[in-house]
Amino acid sequence: MAAVSGLVRRPLRQVTVRDAINQGMDEELERDEKVFLLGEEVAQYDGAYKVSRGLWKKYGDKRIIDTPISEMGFAGIAVGAAMAGLRPICEFMTFNFSMQAIDQVINSAAKTYYMSGGLQPVPIVFRGPNGASAGVAAQHSQCFAAWYGHCPGLKVVSPWSSEDAKGLIKSAIRDNNPVVVLENELMYGVPFEFPAEAQSKDFLIPIGKAKIERQGTHITVVSHSRPVGHCIEAATVLSKEGIECEVINMRTIRPMDIETIEASVMKTNHLITVEGGWPQFGVGAEICARIMEGISEKLVLEYSQAVINIVYLNTYWIRRLKARGGQMTTFNLSCIQFPGCSRCSCHWC
Amino acid sequence: GGGLTPQATPVLLGRPGHPEQAGGHPHRQQQFSSLEDKPQFPGASAEFVDKLEFIQPNVISGIPIYRVMDRQGQIINPSEDPHLPQEKVLKFYKSMTLLNTMDRILYESQRQGRISFYMTNYGEEGTHVGSAAALDTTDLVFGQYREAGVLMYRDYPLELFMAQCYSNVSDLGKGRQMPVHYGCKERHFVTISSPLATQIPQAVGAAYAAKRANANKVVICYFGEGAASEGDAHAGFNFAATLECPIIFFCRNNGYAISTPTSEQYRGDGIAARGPGYGLISIRVDGNDVFAVYNATKEARRRAVAENQPFLIEAMTYRIGHHSTSDDSSAYRSVDEVNYWDKQDHPISRLRHYLLGRGWWDDEQEKAWRKQSRKRVMEAFEQAERKLKPNPNLLFSDVYQEMPAQLRKQQESLARHLQTYGEHYPLDHFEK
Repeated sequence: MAAVSGLVRRPLRQVTVRDAINQGMDEELERDEKVFLLGEEVAQYDGAYKVSRGLWKKYGDKRIIDTPISEMGFAGIAVGAAMAGLRPICEFMTFNFSMQAIDQVINSAAKTYYMSGGLQPVPIVFRGPNGASAGVAAQHSQCFAAWYGHCPGLKVVSPWSSEDAKGLIKSAIRDNNPVVVLENELMYGVPFEFPAEAQSKDFLIPIGKAKIERQGTHITVVSHSRPVGHCIEAATVLSKEGIECEVINMRTIRPMDIETIEASVMKTNHLITVEGGWPQFGVGAEICARIMEGISEKLVLEYSQAVINIVYLNTYWIRRLKARGGQMTTFNLSCIQFPGCSRCSCHWC
Repeated sequence: GGGLTPQATPVLLGRPGHPEQAGGHPHRQQQFSSLEDKPQFPGASAEFVDKLEFIQPNVISGIPIYRVMDRQGQIINPSEDPHLPQEKVLKFYKSMTLLNTMDRILYESQRQGRISFYMTNYGEEGTHVGSAAALDTTDLVFGQYREAGVLMYRDYPLELFMAQCYSNVSDLGKGRQMPVHYGCKERHFVTISSPLATQIPQAVGAAYAAKRANANKVVICYFGEGAASEGDAHAGFNFAATLECPIIFFCRNNGYAISTPTSEQYRGDGIAARGPGYGLISIRVDGNDVFAVYNATKEARRRAVAENQPFLIEAMTYRIGHHSTSDDSSAYRSVDEVNYWDKQDHPISRLRHYLLGRGWWDDEQEKAWRKQSRKRVMEAFEQAERKLKPNPNLLFSDVYQEMPAQLRKQQESLARHLQTYGEHYPLDHFEK
């Protein structure tokens, strides 16, 4: 669990997303005694999903606090603590339950710095699993990226890999603004190779910057959280058929790094967005709107779009688009074809 | 002296045209008399006191716990014996034991990967059956997730319990919920909802509706002592009192909310002590004494309906099992503690002692019933395993009352997709 600093370049090691978040919180708890964690079952139980494993044992009751069952209650308490100068990490057992506290997150945490004329900062982190898990039904499966991403005053991040998870939680904790960290339960146990720099106690990933996980020239595929993995799998399969996908891992929902997406679309002329949230008023809808508004100066766009909202991006949809000669399906695949497009070798259209 | 002359006439502050109702509630405004040195505050009806004294929350000797049977199943005070007929008491016993048997098998089936999740009811069977038996079969039930015994008492068939847990084609909920999220319109059991305590204000609303309809029904709302920490509980209690609703709030205080013990959940005298704060008539009972639960619920029901008034019953009990299949409670409590409740103070054994004492049961019948109940559960279990899952078309229905065009298009599109690519999906497991 400990990260060791050193001069020698260490080999890559496998770290699960859970352990990465744990490391990130541990390092920040150690670095700044104003940081503390509160939520249901976070202390002796090590967290409902064991993300805070070992932290209570190390830091005790004052820094790792179990709360009674009231999301509204403990979110409000956390906001108040942040207003009084502490740096709370407020854990929701899942973001579905944050709806019971959402007034505290938005009306209090997000808006207070502005409404107080800059007098009252709220340096708080709200974190927990977001989106679908395995067979946990509608009330445990909603993705809140669009809901929180809608609100000024909040920053919203959505890590995919272990590196993302550690770098983003650390940046979130150090950020003086309220930050919502949308994790994913199914990703907690997934190991990733942890590059050397990620093992440093000062490893931070900037909030507001996307990462190109895979370079490509034919189509831009944009995603966040667990679906990023599916996009990469799909890209690998398509590569064998001569279609090279550029896979962008958003990492941050708000402020959105639209520049990275724009630059990619300018190169590929095709865009698919993939997310676990519902399509209407979703993250993909926002991306498409911004691409329309932004690139429309450079290219005239022919179509509007729909977005993919299947959690498992599967290559059937892409082949299907190809087979139908690039026409839009009424299902939920998006492809923006720009008249300036030079008919790339993927033969989509 | 004050500034008023003795001849000043008292000013009436009651609402004109709304005289005090006979047998009304104490909080209606009293007649205002400016001559008297009595408190006139609208917010409280009380006397003045001139000594500074704080009210100490009484947690050392809290609200006493009503019970009828001792731990050996002996009636303590004969005048409290409900004198239920043999048939009824046997139904109590068989409901509790059948539930216990079903719990063991379904818990095991989750461990074997056959169902995705399960929650047992070990130790709390008395709270379910005692209360359910005291209600009318048409009284509406809002549960939390650990009240399967209420459905068991209402003769919900094993087949349907299993169908819900397996999400198979017979599930009334069309396979859309996690296991143990039962719902049955026919038996007036509202579908279980996952977020905690949301059922509390909902139950109050339903009780208000029943009052308006002159339905002579009560609504019962179950929740744990942990869920009572939620803000919804506060709102629910307050509204039930101010709206004068025929509702029974039934709190299962089982000592733990996942790993959080009551000492970390609250600092007052449990949930019963909160009741009077809201204007609720309240009682604390021994939840492992099925007759105590029965008596309290029966009387609460009678008065709730007759007087349109809410009641709060806090049933003290103990959660013998883990929170769910996602929990291992040995991480936070001792095996000895669990064993004590399992062996020394269990609702099923206490009732069995009573039955044996009355000569209404014996070891032979016990053996036969164990065999029979296990056989019934295993048969339902095997059947549930073999059944298909619901038709994939059911992904799209019931989002709204009428299916919107967009969903119909998606449904048709899925159908076409499956026609072409069906071989890649486990369609054999699903109803066509």
